[in-house]
Amino acid sequence: MHDLTIAQLAEALRARKLSAAELTRHYLDRIAARDGELNAFITVTADDAMQQAERADRRLADGTATALTGIPLAHKDIFCTSGVRTSCGSRMLDNFVSPYDATVVARLNDAGAVMLGKTNMDEFAMGSSNETSWYGPVKNPWDTARVPGGSSGGSAAAVAGRLAPAATGTDTGGSIRQPAALSGITGIKPTYGRVSRYGMIAFASSLDQAGVLSVTAEDAALLLEAMAGFDPRDSTSLDEPVPHYSAEIDTPWEHLTIGVPDNFFDEGLDAANAEAVRAALAELEKLGATLKTLHLDHVHLSVPAYYVVAPAEASSNLARFDGVRFGYRSPDAEKLDLASFYKRNRGEGFGPEVKRRILTGTYVLSAGYYDAYYLKAQQVRKLISDDFAKAFREVDLIAGPTTPTPAFLLGQKTNDPIQMYLNDIYTIGANLAGLPALSMPCGFVDGLPVGLQMVGPPLAEAKLLKTAHWFQKVTDWHRRVPPGYE
Amino acid sequence: MDWEVVIGLEIHTQLATKSKIFSGASTAYGAPPNTQASLVDLGYPGVLPVLNGAAVEMAIKFGLATGCTIARRSVFARKNYFYPDLPKGYQISQYELPIVHGGKLDIVLDDGTVKTIGITRAHLEEDAGKSLHEDFHGLSGIDLNRAGTPLIEIVSEPDMRSAAEAGAYMRKIHTLVRYLEISDGNMQEGSFRCDANVSVRRRGDPSFGTRTELKNLNSFRFVEKAIEVEAERQIDVLESGGRIVQETRLYDPDRNETRPMRTKEEANDYRYFPDPDLLPVVVDDALIERIRAELPELPDAKRERFIAEYELPADDAAILTGQRPLADYYEAAVAATKARPKAVANWVLGELTGALNRSGLDITASRVAPAQLAALLDRIEDGTISGKIAKEVFETLWDEGGDVAQIIESRGLVQITDSEAIEALVDDVINAYPDQVHQYRDGKTQVLGFLVGQVMKASRGKANPQQVNKVLRARLDAPPS
Repeated sequence: MHDLTIAQLAEALRARKLSAAELTRHYLDRIAARDGELNAFITVTADDAMQQAERADRRLADGTATALTGIPLAHKDIFCTSGVRTSCGSRMLDNFVSPYDATVVARLNDAGAVMLGKTNMDEFAMGSSNETSWYGPVKNPWDTARVPGGSSGGSAAAVAGRLAPAATGTDTGGSIRQPAALSGITGIKPTYGRVSRYGMIAFASSLDQAGVLSVTAEDAALLLEAMAGFDPRDSTSLDEPVPHYSAEIDTPWEHLTIGVPDNFFDEGLDAANAEAVRAALAELEKLGATLKTLHLDHVHLSVPAYYVVAPAEASSNLARFDGVRFGYRSPDAEKLDLASFYKRNRGEGFGPEVKRRILTGTYVLSAGYYDAYYLKAQQVRKLISDDFAKAFREVDLIAGPTTPTPAFLLGQKTNDPIQMYLNDIYTIGANLAGLPALSMPCGFVDGLPVGLQMVGPPLAEAKLLKTAHWFQKVTDWHRRVPPGYE
Repeated sequence: MDWEVVIGLEIHTQLATKSKIFSGASTAYGAPPNTQASLVDLGYPGVLPVLNGAAVEMAIKFGLATGCTIARRSVFARKNYFYPDLPKGYQISQYELPIVHGGKLDIVLDDGTVKTIGITRAHLEEDAGKSLHEDFHGLSGIDLNRAGTPLIEIVSEPDMRSAAEAGAYMRKIHTLVRYLEISDGNMQEGSFRCDANVSVRRRGDPSFGTRTELKNLNSFRFVEKAIEVEAERQIDVLESGGRIVQETRLYDPDRNETRPMRTKEEANDYRYFPDPDLLPVVVDDALIERIRAELPELPDAKRERFIAEYELPADDAAILTGQRPLADYYEAAVAATKARPKAVANWVLGELTGALNRSGLDITASRVAPAQLAALLDRIEDGTISGKIAKEVFETLWDEGGDVAQIIESRGLVQITDSEAIEALVDDVINAYPDQVHQYRDGKTQVLGFLVGQVMKASRGKANPQQVNKVLRARLDAPPS
């Protein structure tokens, strides 16, 4: 069963060849058998999943089913799930049981999807390797000595290891696309505001966006059309109609001009990776796309701009985690004065990467530094955004590598934050500009998957998904399964 | 040495919206702790603020009433600091781009001159919760019912030069926000509170002295007293060769002194930055014009109209227009009676205000309705009762309610206007007080008042005083028969 796509599973469910209960049980068994090795899940909600599956079977029987009814999914543990621990990968929220569902979760529940559990992630989504999690690192199913990428590393590993047909993720600087690339699956980060952020624990509010990690672009389309849309509880969500993505991807191929930024093929890009990406671009050309080399003038500033804006917002967003109303409270904190109470709870509740970013963010917002850092970074952000806007007057999509290298070894970059941050060098631009972007498997280097990233203008999700779908019709990189997980 | 005090005020006014500024929770006062705090107010993980449009409209209303420029685009910012009654670890406020700025307000000084006070800006923000330090045995309790209540912070220019001016300005703002019905202005419940920036300088010095900020002054009297003692303190420091430290101070009303707040609390760097969870507030002309059209007549205009239309003295007009419900009451009574507007004013400011004060009631809870007062005044006007009797009837109306005509009837209070009856009463008094009559006829005419009083007394107040006067005078002035 786990070699079928969501589209195929949905067909089997509707044809009653398969029950949601059977399907859910199958995935729960796989998780039980294989997740000890991957550590992709923080919480497995087996009982709830079986109950949801039974409800899904009733809907499938009484004709009220949607395309996702009975489809098992995993949610990144950043999405609040009513009655279920929502940890955000942090000791700070290890004891936090959310009293409500995130909009993304509620919409997928309403569609009849089955939640298998909550996936591991970098603490508060801060990381590119899933090594900052309080619950331990996630292993890449392609090579368990390597990272799956992050911060949606648990979702990526779960989908790559076929422990879930698809999973939700969030992407602030590449946290869906980078792990999708390193784990050999498809991942889409929609336009900023396309999917509601309500109930998604904030890292950097102006950059955070929920999306999907799946095996195929077609599956991503099915999920995204259920998740996306205006939410009155998120003022930054876009009040735009949601296209029928899963239908749009099958419309006839239309001519596309794809821009290829020369500065994405820089000295930081691994040569073998570059080769795989160029081959994929040639494949798109064969499909009828026109490639056009272009230059994004300021994109090289995206990492430094990002590491000012994101920590600044994070330092404020994470202030609510103080041990007063919920979350971690140090056992002896109540004996302390107020300032020490905060310091103890936060000092023990947060891990080192989160602290680093809170400190960075606090610094860049401080009196006397605000103009030099935060304001300057916002100006750079505008320049980067303008570069993309200019490029999209000439091309339909922009394509290039998702990451500089394939999956790296666990521990390889943990002591060098700059090297770790540079892993997101190609993905961050789309977040700064609020643009939709997708990563899909496009080859292998030494048995490790390589991702091709495509970025579109605002609300071009359908075009991205369609291009990926057509690419996936003529390639099979995305169908490859890590050895041992077939 | 001649010193001048320089004062600017920051007034926090709670807006009278039904729900909070960023959540749907109720803003009603006095509920059990933490029963009016939604997940948004509690700062739960993942929740997001959604702006209450009613709060924006109220802020615009204030801006239009004070001649402010309404920002077509204003921005919410986060003010970051840690405190247990601040659930998110930041307060959502407005910083660089407030909703309104650059207005002014006229105040009337004691000598009757008018002074214009500049309004720098008024911005929207959310209130924090409350920390309760008693009753928890070494711990603090937190009540987040107030967290997220909408406020406008009204910042004045440093235009005031005395505690009295500051008091007048604060009262004027208080009157205005209640006129506009954007705040209940309830100071006991904390709906209207003030911080004062105070400095002193030698008269004639063009530059300002170093200022201190007096926090959380929640009555007009405290504002005035706090400013007075703080100015005195600063003058003492400077005259003894000291230096003023820029700091935040608290006023202690029991000891009538100001004290510095703990320095820890003012060492905050608030790290303001635009709140990425909220879009800029965009206001278009149509909205501004709709709100402008809905503005009520403002206190100054109403006062001028009362003076012109009702021929009232400026003082009467100022008091009557000081509260919109009082002005409304007055106008309703004037419209319903034949009595002169000035007579109505005397009654409203005299008997009615006295009765309200004795009962501790607000004009909106008056036990005598404008129509009842009007009916009473009509009976004076048509001579049915005297002013004195009318006061008795008013007391009865206040205490027991009822109908004016019925009270007059049932208690036999109708004025004696029958000439023969009055003449008989007058004759009785002349006979009873021969000495006084003699004095009068000897030229000590001031004794007339005594004799009138005796006649009134004999009639139990019901005789028409003008008639009594006239008859008595005629009798006394006539040559003795």
